[in-house]
Amino acid sequence: MKNFMSMLADPNMQWIFFGCMLLGLSSGVIGSFSYLRKQSLVGDTLAHAALPGICIAFMLTGIKSIGVFLIGAGIAGVIATFGIGFITRHSRLKQDAALGIVLSTFFGLGIVLLTFIQHGAYGNQAGLDKFLFGQAAAMVGSDVVTMSIISAALVTICTLLFKQFKLISFDPGFAKGLGYPVAFLEQLLMLLVVVAVVVGIQAVGVVLIAALLITPAVSARYWTNRLGVMVALSGMFGALSGALGTWISSSVSNLPTGPVTVLAATAFFLLSILFGPQRGLVAKRLLRQRVKKRYMMEGELRAERMKGETAI
Amino acid sequence: MSDFWILLTGSLVAACCGIVGVFLVLRKMAMIGDAISHSVMPGIVIAFLISGSRDSLLMMFAALVFGVLTTFLIGMFQRSGIQSDASIGVVFTALFAIGVILVSLFARQVHLDQDAILYGEIAFVHWNVWEIGGVSLGPKAVWLLGVTLVVIIAVIGLFYKQFKLCSFDPALAAAIGIPVAFFHYLLMGLVSMATVSSFESVGAILVVGMLIIPASTAYLLTDKLGSMILISVAVGVASTILGYGVSVVLDASIAGCMVCAAGLLFIMAFLFSPSHGLVIRKLRQRSLASSVNV
Repeated sequence: MKNFMSMLADPNMQWIFFGCMLLGLSSGVIGSFSYLRKQSLVGDTLAHAALPGICIAFMLTGIKSIGVFLIGAGIAGVIATFGIGFITRHSRLKQDAALGIVLSTFFGLGIVLLTFIQHGAYGNQAGLDKFLFGQAAAMVGSDVVTMSIISAALVTICTLLFKQFKLISFDPGFAKGLGYPVAFLEQLLMLLVVVAVVVGIQAVGVVLIAALLITPAVSARYWTNRLGVMVALSGMFGALSGALGTWISSSVSNLPTGPVTVLAATAFFLLSILFGPQRGLVAKRLLRQRVKKRYMMEGELRAERMKGETAI
Repeated sequence: MSDFWILLTGSLVAACCGIVGVFLVLRKMAMIGDAISHSVMPGIVIAFLISGSRDSLLMMFAALVFGVLTTFLIGMFQRSGIQSDASIGVVFTALFAIGVILVSLFARQVHLDQDAILYGEIAFVHWNVWEIGGVSLGPKAVWLLGVTLVVIIAVIGLFYKQFKLCSFDPALAAAIGIPVAFFHYLLMGLVSMATVSSFESVGAILVVGMLIIPASTAYLLTDKLGSMILISVAVGVASTILGYGVSVVLDASIAGCMVCAAGLLFIMAFLFSPSHGLVIRKLRQRSLASSVNV
């Protein structure tokens, strides 16, 4: 605990801590929509696809800042989304194969560009490889500020468009019938996923940012059947994992932030799958026992009644 | 000589991954291949910490255990009501995170850095040579991959009919008494083996490319399982050679170039495949339309 206090006393660490919490919150919120739309792994693909975008943005500008990377990764993400849709619509391959193809091709391209940057005359490239696994402590103040602002904006957009996103998550056909711009909203949601991924890459890394989108949402689903509660819970799980991840990785040397954050989220997931009120394993086991007991008791009563009737 | 070894290693990777990849694509489990290639990582690190060497049977065994564990966990969460893609995402990120943490905690003991796991070191393959009594027998990776390839061909060859039926009609397979679950886990074991023996040379994520892309390309080119496997291997080998050539010219990551070449071949098949290609279908439609108008 003392460790925790001393960490909070450092103003730079305060910012990083706050930023990672906000990041977890926003990706948890967006992740619940993509979970309900059965597109969890799209986040994973978009995260990998962001790598070439980031590399190209860096090669063109020579600056390492979230703003520049966001544009590069955003464009790469849009191309990747388009590619997935195009492959599934125009061939007999299913979505999973399309995701895998886009993911690995883009990532391969990203690695080729990364080696280009390492071999080429791009002086200030140190730390670009940090993007693969994420190191929150390596972030500078301006990065954290950008990250916090964008995360806050993501949460705000989701709150404002809550009704629309709810409708396209559960019944896109009905939404279309009501005259909502469904295609636009779906693209917007995808864009929000891209933004959340890019913002998180520096803290959590390309490979694991998908977990922040998926795991809190799955955990939250165990506690409730209401979308509003689920989104709030998922955001909370994400924020807590972000906080725990930053805290633990900053107190142990040599520990990257991303994996610790992911494991914190996984711990919440395991708690939820065990102790979720209706769908949790413990609750299910108890319910089964109760039903069994009642059935046995009813059986005994029936047997006694039968005995009584035959006696008469 | 090093060119030869690199190309041979790459082709062996392509062959191993190409064969099992066909079944993954047919059974719509391409992303499970992705998951396994990430989640064998803790197994590899643990085996490494125990044995201290990079090429042990223990490593293969640990990776197999983790590969099968991954499929088992994914299946278990799926049955308890989580969507399949979300359960894949939860499981592989958690296991991969454990692997990365182990690597960074024991970084000094483990000469195994994260970059090597992600990108592989195919360029150094020919330095790591297997010697018996002073006689060099060629790179270790080639032997490992060769043995894996033989095992894969043997298992698939022996149970070809069963695998075929399980891929196309699992319900029928179960009805006539084929142990579908057993073959599922057998396939997953093969995928983990292919992943482990390949990861050292092409890296975890590029294994995914070799598993999925050539098999998908072959799926667009043929309707027969046998020829699909052959085409998948051929596409894999072709992208290895093409990718290596490009990487030499550009002085860039070899494994990355190989996957990009595979992606390029996929795009060609997607557009110009004689049976399923986009352009060919459009042309056929147009000629059909004009013949109707006449």
